[in-house]
Amino acid sequence: MTDAVQAVLEGYPQARRDALIPILQAVQAKEGYLSTEAVIAVGQHLKLPTSKIYGVATFYNQFRLTPPGRHHVQVCRGTACHVKGSAAVLSGIQRALKIEPDQTSKDGEYSLEVVACIGACGLAPVVAIDGAFFGDVKAEDAAALLARAREMEVGDE
Amino acid sequence: MINLNINGRDIQAAPAANLLNVLRAEGVRVPTLCHLEGMTPTGACRLCVVEIEGQQRLAPSCALQVSEGMRVQTHSPRAVEARKTIVELLLADHPDDCLYCPRNHSCDLQDIAFELGVRQRRYHGAREFKPLDLSSPAMIREPDKCILCGRCVRVCEEIQSVSAIDFVGRGAKARVETAFEQGLNVSSCVYCGQCVRVCPTSALHEHSHAEQVMAALADPQKTVVIQHAPAVSVTIGEAFNVKGDCAPALTTALRRLGFDRVFDTAYSADLTVMEEAHELVHRVTTGGALPMMTSCSPAWIKFVETFYPHRLAHLSTCKSPQQMLGAVIKAIYAPAEGIAADDIVSVAVMPCTAKKFEAERPEMGRDGRADIDYVLTTRELIDLIRMRGLDLATLPGDEPDMPFGERSGAGKIFGASGGVMESAVRTAHQIIAGAPLPGQIFKAARGQALRKEAQIQVGEHQMGVAVVSSLGEARRLLEELDAGRDDLHFIEIMSCPGGCINGGGQPTGLDLKAIERRAAALYAVDKDAPLRTAHENPQIQALYAAHLGAPGGEISHALLHTHYAPRDILR
Amino acid sequence: MSERAQLHPMEGTLSWRLFGPRSDAQARESWYSGEGVALKREAVERLTLYIGAGTCGLGAGAGETLKAVKREIKARGIEADIIEVGCVGLCSAEPILDAQRPGQPRVSFAHVTHDKVKPILDALLDRDQLYGEVLGQYDAPPSTPPRRDALPISVHPFFRAQHRRVLSRCGIIDPVDIHAYIAHGGFRALADTIHQRTPEEACEAVIESGLRGRGGGGFPTGVKWRFALKEGADQKYLICNADEGDPGAFMDRAVIEGDPYRLIEGMALAAYAIGATKAYVYIRAEYPLAIARLRRALDQARAWGLLGANIMDSGFDLDVYVKEGAGAFVCGEETALIHSIEGKRGMPRPRPPFPASRGLFNCPTIINNVETLANLPDILPDRAAEMAALGTASSKGTKVFALSGKVKHTGLVEVEMGTTVRQIVMEIGGGCPNGKAFKAAQIGGPSGGCIPTQHLDIEVDYESLKTVGAMMGSGGLVVMDEDTCMVDVAKFFMDFIQRESCGKCIPCREGTRRMLEILEQITRRRGQEGGFDALHRMQGVAQLEKLAGVIADTSLCGLGQSAPSPVLSTLRFFRDEYEAHVFERRCPAGACEALKRYSIIEEACVGCTLCKKACPTDAILGSRKNPHYIIEERCIGCGACLDACRLDAVAVAR
Repeated sequence: MTDAVQAVLEGYPQARRDALIPILQAVQAKEGYLSTEAVIAVGQHLKLPTSKIYGVATFYNQFRLTPPGRHHVQVCRGTACHVKGSAAVLSGIQRALKIEPDQTSKDGEYSLEVVACIGACGLAPVVAIDGAFFGDVKAEDAAALLARAREMEVGDE
Repeated sequence: MINLNINGRDIQAAPAANLLNVLRAEGVRVPTLCHLEGMTPTGACRLCVVEIEGQQRLAPSCALQVSEGMRVQTHSPRAVEARKTIVELLLADHPDDCLYCPRNHSCDLQDIAFELGVRQRRYHGAREFKPLDLSSPAMIREPDKCILCGRCVRVCEEIQSVSAIDFVGRGAKARVETAFEQGLNVSSCVYCGQCVRVCPTSALHEHSHAEQVMAALADPQKTVVIQHAPAVSVTIGEAFNVKGDCAPALTTALRRLGFDRVFDTAYSADLTVMEEAHELVHRVTTGGALPMMTSCSPAWIKFVETFYPHRLAHLSTCKSPQQMLGAVIKAIYAPAEGIAADDIVSVAVMPCTAKKFEAERPEMGRDGRADIDYVLTTRELIDLIRMRGLDLATLPGDEPDMPFGERSGAGKIFGASGGVMESAVRTAHQIIAGAPLPGQIFKAARGQALRKEAQIQVGEHQMGVAVVSSLGEARRLLEELDAGRDDLHFIEIMSCPGGCINGGGQPTGLDLKAIERRAAALYAVDKDAPLRTAHENPQIQALYAAHLGAPGGEISHALLHTHYAPRDILR
Repeated sequence: MSERAQLHPMEGTLSWRLFGPRSDAQARESWYSGEGVALKREAVERLTLYIGAGTCGLGAGAGETLKAVKREIKARGIEADIIEVGCVGLCSAEPILDAQRPGQPRVSFAHVTHDKVKPILDALLDRDQLYGEVLGQYDAPPSTPPRRDALPISVHPFFRAQHRRVLSRCGIIDPVDIHAYIAHGGFRALADTIHQRTPEEACEAVIESGLRGRGGGGFPTGVKWRFALKEGADQKYLICNADEGDPGAFMDRAVIEGDPYRLIEGMALAAYAIGATKAYVYIRAEYPLAIARLRRALDQARAWGLLGANIMDSGFDLDVYVKEGAGAFVCGEETALIHSIEGKRGMPRPRPPFPASRGLFNCPTIINNVETLANLPDILPDRAAEMAALGTASSKGTKVFALSGKVKHTGLVEVEMGTTVRQIVMEIGGGCPNGKAFKAAQIGGPSGGCIPTQHLDIEVDYESLKTVGAMMGSGGLVVMDEDTCMVDVAKFFMDFIQRESCGKCIPCREGTRRMLEILEQITRRRGQEGGFDALHRMQGVAQLEKLAGVIADTSLCGLGQSAPSPVLSTLRFFRDEYEAHVFERRCPAGACEALKRYSIIEEACVGCTLCKKACPTDAILGSRKNPHYIIEERCIGCGACLDACRLDAVAVAR
């Protein structure tokens, strides 16, 4: 068990099953994904069978069982986004990154996720990179957008 | 009582009764694929939907309480068409290999599809081929055939408290899987096979040894011996419409199948009683780990190794009857009969899937050879008998081979939960009180309850005994012990609810009445048995005199006892 | 209450003065007309700038705008209050910047990207002129004369036909400052209700108001409460459903981002009425900003003694916990949501028993959605009649819609029940942009249906919408124009549902998958059909209808029961589009890529062979300097030839 997982679990002493999802969220927030070791550790902490935790982790969209890229790209595929051409945006990003949804690029830079609806329909189509939203995205903007996300990070540092 | 109307007939039912049960009591059969008697309804399969007057949608009868004035149509065109469509949806991407399927003719999906008149494929779904899980020595998972009814998941969690499997993923990608989708062999699965018993299709079935057994039978070089467990002979008749115990006809059938010797595992059950009683006395007098817990049930052993390794010392070191007989056959019988070690094939018919695993445990053999070569479940044996064109209903009876054909009634009742306890008490009573147990009946150990407890007086000792079946109940008892309970000395534990007669290797299905009938058959055999106690069995006495010495002696220990180790798996 | 042994911890505080057991109208009024006035910011003492910093605003660049504002203020060396507000609702005008100078009304500017900040402020501060795109000015107190160069914002076409109750303060007030909320009259409803009304009376009032669940089903809220109130359990729960998984809906997010205290007050009112002492907000993890603001608001409410034990000495206890959903549409279903809070897979269970009698941790539980709860401060304790006077015979009050898609003004719209869909789309939304023809308004998300042109005059009302196969749903309203293919829309929803189905019951899990497969077959390219595919395609429409019926009739939960709606609705109104796909293998809207037919215009082609080289399936024939030809059977419709051609010699037919 990593220190990060240990620290999360210490924040939930004597927790019951209803703490499972918050714990998994906290673990993922720290480690970026749910490793096998983390799942086993959570199971021991909550006295829950590993199969149950795996069942929960695979039920919800939020949980990842593989490490994400350094930049996490979410493409919204909600109704408004769909009507406004998000399918093309998604394929543009897939082409630019050469990965499919739920994959991480070979250099570990980007991971791609398709989100059912990100809730910013007024700006459709929407792409979120590392939690920052970009509205009115066009398929041809994909590459530039990804580059900008990289720069933003450099700028922030 | 309240009044309701079913298909135009006025009937009465208890208030708040479950509609499905009411329908069944009224002789109205509504199909279901997910319902499990006595468990909370999940309402997953939707096949039991019926039309209720005043309700907009069809309602699942399994999850509905009857109410005053309720008017129900169970087979209206709308309800039947909905059921048919649901089954067709399941079949849209279901494998088409019924003819090759282990559950052909015993498949709930097949039966219901036939009943509903499905005669063509109306919906064509894209097939996704999912790999088999062959990793367990006891059973096979065939996800392609899984219809996600969830019976296995619920039994594993709610009855057995193992939770080796759960639903994984969501929507069209939902499936039943182990943690991290690893093989069963690295999961916490204990191979009890309760999931197999309730599976409506062939998504879960045993790892069959039938072909290997047939090959051995066909090999003239080999001497093939077979033993059958007590629960088998009281069950197997069901497949041939024969009531009660079928041991004599079964013996004939096994001989005709080509087995060279037919033995009765009840013989080694008697042997187990001798060894276990001695071990218990030894523990009580020398301050060994108490309470002592029985070790006949291999899934229970794996359960303790997995979840309660700190309780391993409490397990009796006795091998199970299957393995005791296996050891005696290969170590004593074969040499005495002049059969070369490589030429003897030892087969066991068991009501159990975990026995296949037990037979493969590395400690269960000698000189690099397993004591038991193959284990057949009751289901597999039924198939073999049918394949050979035999009908138990018409076969004459026959006697098993000696010396391992002699058994007491005590050995026979091992097949029911409480049987081991009752047999032990009979022998203990004789040893300590110097007289037989009155009527040779220990009532407290009988019945279908998952937990039976009693305090008994043995000489000057007050002894607490408990009989537990199902691993869920076993877990509850272990938790009580961990919490400090200390009034128990001897505990019988069987992994399957009701004991071996309801084992994972028994015919599939959900008929709880069948379990009671099998138990009654066992006790009937016992009642009429000329011998009622293990220690009176002359062949047991002879074995000790000729080979083993005394119970718990050095040779016994080498042959009949074993050891356990903690398991590190994905709990 | 006689002889209390201890002082109530809030005694003596401002909160106690305003909301304590003996607070009276007079005591409050003196505060409202005194300190409260400044906090209300109807008039300001110094320059105040408001930036719409909801998720939409930030997505449109409000972050950069905010930085530019700070830079500009610093450069000018002046003092100013800079306030991040929630979303005023007009997403398509984001980023929105409001400016208010002492003695002047608040003016709202649209599309204020960071580069516009300086010119706007220069004009306003140096020349008292309005620069850029002005949305309008807000009403000011009588002492402040209105500006002559701006229209009131209330006459802006987007706002004119709206009736804002739930959204009345969104985008106006500082969402995280409890003072601002109180100054606008917040928490009065709670204080008066817990001191002066019994829970039974509160249920009664809500029944009288006609409030019905805004999350989809439309069950009368007060009636549902009464079921729970009558349960004599030691512990009851209130759950606020802020999961908002419908694609196309975002009003819950906007309410929480823009006016979180309103939700908290509404929850406290509901909890009081049913006798719950613990409440959960089950909110999507995809809403980080809303979660952060909600947590902050909860902390402040606790510090003010408006949550916690023995609130304002009324004997009413309430704790509110935030539970982040982990992303599953089905968790909008009550029993699935409960399982999710319990740490399980969000799979629904059969009802009865209903959550009102056996819900969270097996205790009586009421689940209301955000908008339902946010209505309460305007109903309790004594304003039920006000709400009952609004709307239609069966649907009272207002409804918030999230307007998006092919419409000029996208954003959040709150209208009185009974408003027509035409008014919402054409008047408030301004119709379809770029001169395109309106085709349909999709309402109610994956459970709802499409409203075509001929039904545009239908009124917003729970029952009327059902008559055209749509439903109120949570209020997503996505506008579609002539370029939208309705078969594609149906396919989109079916794909969504078969992924979001929990997978438990067979009709929903298998049925939606089969329906999607049929729709895929209908929209698949001819060359890629094999064996019996053509036959199945022909049978497709009939099978869709048949499956839809069984799925709706037998599914376990609301998600499955309404899953076929988008298909049924599009089949009902746009059958011709299906038929064009099925029989003519043609997509009239030109949206289905796989059905596009590519051909080479002989006259325009010079035989450069570029297209031939680009074609991945060798579907193009032709030799150098001679016009080329596309073999339709081989073409997969990838469009590579179109991209490669430099002479516009590739034609695409719909």
